[in-house]
Amino acid sequence: MNVRAHISMLFHLDKCIGCHTCSVACKNLWTDRKGAEYMWWNNVETRPGTGYPTQWENQDHYQGGWKRMKNGLQLRIHSRTKGILKLFFNPALPDLEDYYDPFTFRYEDLFNSPAGDDQPTAIPISMITEKPIDIETGPNWDDDLGGSTIYAENDPNLKDVPQEVREQLGELERLVFNYLPRICNHCLNPSCVAACPSEAIYKRGEDGVVLVNENKCRAWRMCVAACPYKKVYYNWSSGKSEKCILCFPRLESGQAPACAHSCVGRIRYMGVLLYDADRIPDAADVDDENLVAAQREIILNPFDPEVIAAAKANGIDDGWIESAQNSPAYKFVKEWELALPLRPEFRTMVMMYYIPPLSPVVSVIEKDLVKLDLSEEMHDFEVFHRLEAARLPTEYLASLFSGGNVEIIRKVLRKMLAVRVYMRRKSVEGEVDQVALDALEKAELTEAEAEAIYKLTTIPTLDERFVLPPYHREMSIEAEGMDPLAHKGETGVGYLQVPMRGE
Amino acid sequence: MSWNTLLFMIFPYVATVVAVVVTVYRSIYRPFTVSSLSSQLLERKKLYWGSVSFHYGVVIILLMHLLALLFPKGLQLWNAVPIRLYLLEFSGLALGIWSLVGLVVLVWRRISDARVRTVTTSMDVIVLLLLLVSMISGVLTATTYRFGSTWFTAVFSPYLWSLIVLQPQPELVAPLPWIIQLHALNYFILLFVFPFSRLVHIITLPLGYLIRPWQVVIWVREARARAD
Repeated sequence: MNVRAHISMLFHLDKCIGCHTCSVACKNLWTDRKGAEYMWWNNVETRPGTGYPTQWENQDHYQGGWKRMKNGLQLRIHSRTKGILKLFFNPALPDLEDYYDPFTFRYEDLFNSPAGDDQPTAIPISMITEKPIDIETGPNWDDDLGGSTIYAENDPNLKDVPQEVREQLGELERLVFNYLPRICNHCLNPSCVAACPSEAIYKRGEDGVVLVNENKCRAWRMCVAACPYKKVYYNWSSGKSEKCILCFPRLESGQAPACAHSCVGRIRYMGVLLYDADRIPDAADVDDENLVAAQREIILNPFDPEVIAAAKANGIDDGWIESAQNSPAYKFVKEWELALPLRPEFRTMVMMYYIPPLSPVVSVIEKDLVKLDLSEEMHDFEVFHRLEAARLPTEYLASLFSGGNVEIIRKVLRKMLAVRVYMRRKSVEGEVDQVALDALEKAELTEAEAEAIYKLTTIPTLDERFVLPPYHREMSIEAEGMDPLAHKGETGVGYLQVPMRGE
Repeated sequence: MSWNTLLFMIFPYVATVVAVVVTVYRSIYRPFTVSSLSSQLLERKKLYWGSVSFHYGVVIILLMHLLALLFPKGLQLWNAVPIRLYLLEFSGLALGIWSLVGLVVLVWRRISDARVRTVTTSMDVIVLLLLLVSMISGVLTATTYRFGSTWFTAVFSPYLWSLIVLQPQPELVAPLPWIIQLHALNYFILLFVFPFSRLVHIITLPLGYLIRPWQVVIWVREARARAD
């Protein structure tokens, strides 16, 4: 057992309102720079939809992630030799058009235009060439366009959804969508790291954050293509790759990352997970439908004395172990099995997890009035038993979060609905009846668990959502041979040299 | 001091020293600036036709130059049979033209594409012009003074070897046609420009990738153990 610690983020999609506050917080902090305008280290997509960059999940096109071969997992993008041979041109690299041409508006025209008969307008200009452009797309161009024929219909995750249901998804009164915020998944088996010819990308051992060492980056851009989530970006100005750094300067000083901290829906949770690093290769090399179970398997119980001993032997200190015991990530991922990895069949073993969204309450329009489809006293119960009729198809969620394993999705939805049924009886109707208890039993939950899930889902405090481990930055400073007292209160190192293109 | 001494004795050494010293300095103290500065994200189609043919052509041609310098006897033995000489000369010329066409496409791309223009520095222009001179003079040499692979070892290698063994004999170049002198001089100018331009990416060819483990994990605690 080779115990390592990992800082992990959860996205409770049932709470996401798609407001993009996370994206804007991240943009303001990290990518409001030349060459980085088109990058959204954090983006929010409407699903069903094609995402950003367009159709990022289509690995026949983008060649991201790993594939299973006779001799174990191999990168989809290239073998080692082919990686060297393709240095001069990288066929799998997305074009700027797959993202969008970053734009702004020439606002000074509003003030500086000569007097005339017409109102001056601020025309759109490209942030690359600074020339006028026609804006054709943007990072969230399909925002809220659930049911649309150009975006939603082309979602790769709809492939397993029955044709009849797909057609319903396009009907005006039955269309449905949810939001999917995405950051770098800081994978356990990252394909960006494996694809980098220059050894510039690495995983921090202590907390698992995946970073690009820009001093080593030589702009071969294999990472951009190899990441199945398209979360490594190429800075066209500085000639270096960049990616989400999980706000490590904030984590090291005890603050949650900007995206998580600014989330108005409070959908994000952060905590430590302990995992067995020796079992990563095996866990990533199983059939698609068993991937979620295999990944849960290598996450270790932080209360198990054997695990604690092994963690200590591996240099994980008491503060981190305590943090792992209080971790909301451990509860949602392992204890309650509610949180799932995004597209696990890319086999990079993501460490950011998603709690799938529930469908909207079923309704029909009758005499111009919206009416519940189900008799009132029964409706919790009936949705609970009719998951196959959920408006957000379970096949669709299974494609997103469980490698196509619908049973895992049903289990999660049943648990969430059971908690809802139980808590409504308890707090609104004042009495827990047999219906609620049956629902709990069917969802394999105890009353105490239902209560705990409700509390952490609905009314958690900031400290319960973000259980951040003590980073002991002073020790890292000592490791560099510097005096920790001289660097007290500092975070980050700033630019040692101003980044100029190639000079 | 004659032009010959200046350009073919002093300048080659100056260029070499500058290339080595500045490259080492830049690699150690300014590593952020070392990059191939790809612009594929901004423009794809022309880059494909330009970059692939230019790079592969120029890599093979440079290797052939090097082999001719290092193994003159082997080259002469190969050329002893005419058909092999023709084959070598023909493929050399074809590769030269192939990479020249690639370079022209790349230059055209720099001029015509607005996005690529915005990331073009003056050093990029200098490098492209020098490469153009190098390739055109090389192709012209191959066509006007036929069978370079036969006379190279006798006519040009002695001069290069005189530089390498630090007993320079620039006068060996003086009687050569001007186009060959230009080709040689242009090489030394490229060498001089090398450490100040994007050309440094040549020495970062990541051959270590062939043998390194897939995953890279870095521990602060290991750095701490080293510090203790």
